[in-house]
Amino acid sequence: MKTTEVKGFIDELLKAYPDKARKNRASHIAVKETAPETGGETAEPSCSTCAIKSNVKSIPGVMTARGCAYAGSKGVVWGPIRDMVHLSHGPVGCGYYSWSTRRNLAQGKPGVDNFVPFQFTSDYQEKDIVYGGAQKLEDICREIKVLFPEAKGISVQSECPIGLIGDDIEASARLMQKELALPVIPVRCEGFRGVSQSLGHHIANDAVRDHVLGKGKLPDPGPYDVAIIGDYNIGGDAWASRKIIEELGLRVVAMWSGDGQIETMKLTHMVKLNLIHCYRSMNYIARHMEEEYNIPWMEYNFFGPTKIEASIRAIAARFDKTIQDNAEKVIAKYRPAMDAVLAKYKSRLDGRKVMLYVGGLRPRHVIGAYEDLGMDIIGTGYEFGHADDYQRTFPQVKEGTVIYDDVTEYEMEEMVKKLRPDLVASGIKEKYVFQKMGFPFRQMHSWDYSGPYHGYDGFPIFARDMDMAVNSPTWKLVKAPWA
Amino acid sequence: MNTAEWINTVEYKELNFARKALVVNPTKACQPLGAFFCASGFEGTLPYEHGSQGCTAYFRNNLARHYREPFPAVSDSMTEDAAVFGGRANMIEGLKNANDLYKPKMIAMCTSCMAEVIGDDLKAFISNARDAGSIPASLPVAPAHTPSFIGSHITGYDNMLLAIVKTLSEGKYKDGDRNGKLNVIPGFDAHIENIREVKRYMSMMGVPVTVLADNTETFDSPLSGHYEMYHGGTTLAEAGDSVNAIGTISMQAYASAKTVKEFGAEYGQKTAEFNYPMGIAAFDSFLMKVSEMTGMPIPASITDERGRALDAATDAHQYFHGKRFSMFGDPDVMLGLARFIMEMGGEPVHIVSTNGTKKWEREMQALLASSPYGSSGTAYPGKDLWHLRSLLVTEPVDMLIGDSHGKYAAKDAGIPLVRIGFPITDRVNLHRYATLGYKGTMNLITWITNAFLDELDRTCDDAHFELLR
Repeated sequence: MKTTEVKGFIDELLKAYPDKARKNRASHIAVKETAPETGGETAEPSCSTCAIKSNVKSIPGVMTARGCAYAGSKGVVWGPIRDMVHLSHGPVGCGYYSWSTRRNLAQGKPGVDNFVPFQFTSDYQEKDIVYGGAQKLEDICREIKVLFPEAKGISVQSECPIGLIGDDIEASARLMQKELALPVIPVRCEGFRGVSQSLGHHIANDAVRDHVLGKGKLPDPGPYDVAIIGDYNIGGDAWASRKIIEELGLRVVAMWSGDGQIETMKLTHMVKLNLIHCYRSMNYIARHMEEEYNIPWMEYNFFGPTKIEASIRAIAARFDKTIQDNAEKVIAKYRPAMDAVLAKYKSRLDGRKVMLYVGGLRPRHVIGAYEDLGMDIIGTGYEFGHADDYQRTFPQVKEGTVIYDDVTEYEMEEMVKKLRPDLVASGIKEKYVFQKMGFPFRQMHSWDYSGPYHGYDGFPIFARDMDMAVNSPTWKLVKAPWA
Repeated sequence: MNTAEWINTVEYKELNFARKALVVNPTKACQPLGAFFCASGFEGTLPYEHGSQGCTAYFRNNLARHYREPFPAVSDSMTEDAAVFGGRANMIEGLKNANDLYKPKMIAMCTSCMAEVIGDDLKAFISNARDAGSIPASLPVAPAHTPSFIGSHITGYDNMLLAIVKTLSEGKYKDGDRNGKLNVIPGFDAHIENIREVKRYMSMMGVPVTVLADNTETFDSPLSGHYEMYHGGTTLAEAGDSVNAIGTISMQAYASAKTVKEFGAEYGQKTAEFNYPMGIAAFDSFLMKVSEMTGMPIPASITDERGRALDAATDAHQYFHGKRFSMFGDPDVMLGLARFIMEMGGEPVHIVSTNGTKKWEREMQALLASSPYGSSGTAYPGKDLWHLRSLLVTEPVDMLIGDSHGKYAAKDAGIPLVRIGFPITDRVNLHRYATLGYKGTMNLITWITNAFLDELDRTCDDAHFELLR
C-alpha cells in the first residue's frame, strides 16, 4: 500500500473518535516516509523527535494496553531480583495480578533463597486506609525476617492508596532496616504516578541507585568485568545472553534484574562496561553509573544472528584483542547453527508481513530477527516509549511502515484489518482479538510461554515459534467448508 | 538444619501460623476483577473502571490468560492530577470516548482503590457526564463502588450485579405481577460451562430462566474469522425484568449475598442460596429447590443422567476412598468441593480460603461434622497458600485441588494438583468443562481419579506396573 494511501486510511479510522481525542491520537501515529528530494535516502519524518508524540497521558475511556508505575517497578525492575522479598504494599489486587505472570525465571529454591514466584502483600483493609499502615508494615518486615531468613532485603512497592493516605513508608523502612540489619527499600511507585509503566521504571532505578548501588565491594575487580542491564530473563533470555558474553571472555558481575541478586547488583559500580538490552527501563541507572563512576554503557541487541553478530563485535571493540579474537571465534562457532535455522525456516517465512506492538525495547530490537527470516515489518509501536525510543526506531524500518504510540485496541484492529499482516506480534490483551479474526499471533512480552528468544540459544526457538504461528495448519480451518 | 529443611518442619509451621500482618500467596483478588467478570455477562456491556489504568490492564490480562479469550474493558486513566482534583474530568471525557468508540448498550462502572480513597462520587459524576453531553440520557451506566481494601473479587461480583440489576430495573418492578421466570446467579464461577449446563437442566424441566450474569458466550466465542467485541450475555431487557421473576437462586451464596437479599426484601421473591452444589446430592437439592419454587417436576431424562453420574461415582469410589485431600479457593467453591469429596468417600483435610469468613468457617466445620469422612478436616479462613504449604509438608495429603497458583505447594509436597477455580493459566480448556451438574460430577470424578492413576503409573516400580487399575 502506498504511503499516501496508508495516511488517508489512518485519517479515516481516527474519525470514529470525538474531536479532542481524534486530534490527540493523530499525533501518535506516523508513517515512515522517504523524502523525495534526497533521492530515495531515508529521511526522518518532518521532525525527528516530534513526528510522533509519546510518553504523555493516555486518553480516558479507550482500550490502552498500558499499565502503571507499580507494574513498571514491581512487575518489571524489582520483581525479578530473586534474593529479596518484594512486598506489594497496599490492597491485595496489584500483587495478585502481577504474581508470576512475567515469566522471570530464577535460580534457587522458592521460599528459601528465591522469592520471585510469590505474592507478598500487606493486604490493606479499610482500617489501614483510615488509620494508616505504618505499624502493619513494620510487623510485616519483622515477620519476613523470621520466616524468610535467607532473604537479603525487602523492597516495599507502593500501591495507589499508600501515596494518597500519606503513609510514611520511608520512616518505617529506615526503622526496620536498622532493627533487622537488612536493606528495607521504600519504592514510591504508586500506580497513579506518571502516564504508564515508564515512570515506574525510573522510580525503581532511582531506588536501586539510592539503596543498592555501591553498597558492596567487588573483591577482585578485573579488566573484563561487565554487567547485563535490562534483561529480565523471560523464559531464560538472560541466561542465553550471559552465555555469549562469557564466551567472549568477559565476566558478568551482575544481572539486572533477571535472575538477579541484590548481593551482586550492589557491586555493579565496579564494572568496566554496562551492557544494556532494555534501554527504556534501565537507561537511568546506566547514565547514573556513567556520571558517578565513569562507567561507560552501550546498547546491544541479541535478537537474531545479524544483530547478535553486530553486537558481539561492538561489545568486543570496547575491549582488547583477546576479546576481539574471541568475538570472531564465537561468531564462527555459531554461524553454522544459525545458517541451519535460516535454511529450515526462511523459505517458509520469506516475505511474510508482521505488525508489532510491544513495550520496552522490542518494537525495534526484534525487527532484525524477523528480517533475518525474510519477514517484513509493516507496523510497530510502543506502549510506553519516549522520543528517544522513536528516534532509534525510525531508522530501523522501511518506507511506508506505520509507527504508532500507545495504540488503542480499536486502532490496532482497524489497521490489522486494512494492512492484513501475516503475523501480529503483541501482548496477551491483543492476542485473542486477532486470533478470533483469523490472524496468526505471538505474544511478544511473555514469548507466548516459550523462549528464550535472546542469543544463539534463542533464535532457533524464535524461528520455530514464528513458523508455527504463521504456518499452523489450524488457520486453514477458519472458514467452514459449507459456509 | 538448612533453611530448605527447616521450612518443612512443625516448628516452622507454628511460626508461619503465628504471623499476623504479612500475607503470602493469598487465594483472593480484589473487588474490581469480580465486577468486570460480572459485567461481561451482559449484552453489549462495556466494563469501565473509574481509576488508574494499570488496574484495568491487570484485570484484562488476568481474565484473558485464564480463558484464552479477549477481554475488552476500559478505564478513565486517572493520574496524579486526578488524585489532587478528583476524577470528574476523567469520567466526563472517558465516558464520551468510550461511548463514541465502542458503542456499548450499557456501561458497567466500578472503582479502583484510588477513586475510593479520594472519595469520588460515581453517581454524581455520571450525572455530570450526562449533563456535559458525554453520553445520551438513554444509555444505562451501572455504578458499583468496589474498594479493593474491602472483601475480595466475590464482593465485587456481588456489588456489580446489584448495581446492574438496580440500574436496569428502574421503574420496571410490577408489584406481584411475576414473569414466570427464575433468576439464576452463577457467581464468580471460572468454569463457565456450568452456566450452559444449568440452562440445559432448566430447559429439560421447562423452567424459563434469566442468568445473572451469563458470560458463557463472552468467554467461549467461536473462532469465525471475525471479532465481535460484544458477544453474548444476558439481554438488558431480561436483566431489567429480573425483579419480576418468581424467584432467585444463587449457586454461590458468598458471591451474591447482597443481590439475593435485595431480590427477596425489595422485590418479594422466593430466594434460595447454594454453595456451589458439586456432586450428586448437592445438585439433587438444587434441582428439587427449582422444582419447589417453580412447581415443575424433574423429568425422567434428568433422572437417567443422574443415574449415569452415580454409575461413574460408584465405578470410581475405590480411588477416592480414604484418600486425603487439601483444597483452596473461594468460600462457596470450598463448601461444594468438600461436600463432593466426602460424598465419594474421600477425606477433606486442609481447606484454605483467604476470603473465607468466620461464618464460612462455622459452616465448613458443620459440614465436616456431618460426615464421618469429614473428621480429619479443618477450615482455615483468612489463611493463604504459604500456610497451606506448611500444612501439606507437616500433615501430608494425597492430592491438592485448586487453581494454578497451587502448583508450587503441590510440587514441594510431591502430590498432584487437580485444577479447578481461577486462575488456571497452565492447562488448556478446563473452563470449557462443567464442574456442576451430573456431567460436571463425572468430569470431577474423571480428573481426580485419573490424576491419581497417572501418578501411580508414573512413580511405581516395574513389579507393580499393572495393566489393570
